[in-house]
Amino acid sequence: MLMGLYNYWVVVVLMMIGFYIVIAHGNLIKKIVGLTIFQTSVFIFYISMSKVDGGTAPILADGINQYSNPLPHVLILTAIVVGIATTAVGLALAVRIKEAYGSIEEDEIQKMDNLDC
Amino acid sequence: MIDIVLLAFLVGVAVAIVYMKDLLAVVMLTGIYSLLSASFFVAMDSVDVAFTEAAVGAGISTLLMLVAITMTGRSEHPERHKPLLALAVVIVTGSLLIYGTLDMPYFGSAEAPIHQHVAPRYINDSMQEIGVPNIVTSVLASYRAFDTFGEVVVIFTAGIGVLALLSVVRRTEDSSKIESFNTSMHEQHLILRVVIKMLIPFILLFAFYVQFHGDFGPGGGFQAGVIFASAIFLYAMLFGMNTTRRVINQSVIKFLAAFGVLLYGSVGVVSLLNGKNFFDYSALSSDPVAGQHLGILLIELGVGLTVASVMVIIFFNFVGRRDISQMKEKKDI
Repeated sequence: MLMGLYNYWVVVVLMMIGFYIVIAHGNLIKKIVGLTIFQTSVFIFYISMSKVDGGTAPILADGINQYSNPLPHVLILTAIVVGIATTAVGLALAVRIKEAYGSIEEDEIQKMDNLDC
Repeated sequence: MIDIVLLAFLVGVAVAIVYMKDLLAVVMLTGIYSLLSASFFVAMDSVDVAFTEAAVGAGISTLLMLVAITMTGRSEHPERHKPLLALAVVIVTGSLLIYGTLDMPYFGSAEAPIHQHVAPRYINDSMQEIGVPNIVTSVLASYRAFDTFGEVVVIFTAGIGVLALLSVVRRTEDSSKIESFNTSMHEQHLILRVVIKMLIPFILLFAFYVQFHGDFGPGGGFQAGVIFASAIFLYAMLFGMNTTRRVINQSVIKFLAAFGVLLYGSVGVVSLLNGKNFFDYSALSSDPVAGQHLGILLIELGVGLTVASVMVIIFFNFVGRRDISQMKEKKDI
């Protein structure tokens, strides 16, 4: 059982580390890094599920009859590129917040907003 | 065996990221984290995914985050949130998820439900139906072409989002001022410049190889687009933004980003007009398999164009924003 579920447990641990960074840290760039870790853990989860014992990469060739499942590969391949594009939007928002508030620390921004009201 | 070690490394790097206060170190560790996960993907037989993760995660996302922290500052304040409450939430969620995994089929088991549904058809029939050895490409570009179209539109939208957030109107006198402090920095790295000048044609050539050989080996439009963009980034980093702006016309790049999405969508519309389903490429030619080849070639080209141009748009706008803000600081001094 330990070996059969090891990958999934590591995924849960990584996911929770990412989640912890997102909720416990106030720096916006650090939060984006936390989201990246969270996201990569989901990628690892999908790819672990696609692996078949004794299988090879899903590129058809003679003399091979066991392939790993290609479908999760397709889903994750596109998700990685979409992930970088959305991360870039997040970073762009952080840059604009820095320009508007002079800080990217959540609590300082909150303080400035409270002063404004 | 190797995957167990790689996963342990990943956890170690992730824990180190939690403790680091220096954001430069955090970004570097994120690059290592991506490279480790790319190696893990190779061990899991998903060569296409590993390829993408190595190019995107270890290359471009590290670079973008570095550019972002030059604008937002390097160090993180000591946390003032309640870490104990957060820790409690995380531990409860984590244990529930672990409890959930107990019902999962074991790793590597060929009887798992995931391998029973559509995967056998892809593996057994894709050679007759699509005629492309790389199953990932045939699923990506043909069976699930509509899904991939959605992803390309998301990437395009993200490019527009970054443009809306960061684009600055630059005047000519601005760029000449920026150039004066850009060139002083770039003249020093003579060896780097010569080596990279020699490397760039090969990187571009490799991007084209990945683009057009994606049917037969790992690769395709997504990876090729990212590799192509990274060659342009290398050029920009060593020769300065103004030289690069002269080489790469921004309005052409914006046009290409939109054109890639349009090309992708038009292939679907052509098959609709020929009385077949959306993205059914057998309508493109009298021989269904030849039609599939043509369709995959066209949409991979659309994907490659959009991905490469959006990456270049994102990078140029980040760096352009940084140059302007640095120039303002100089003026203030």
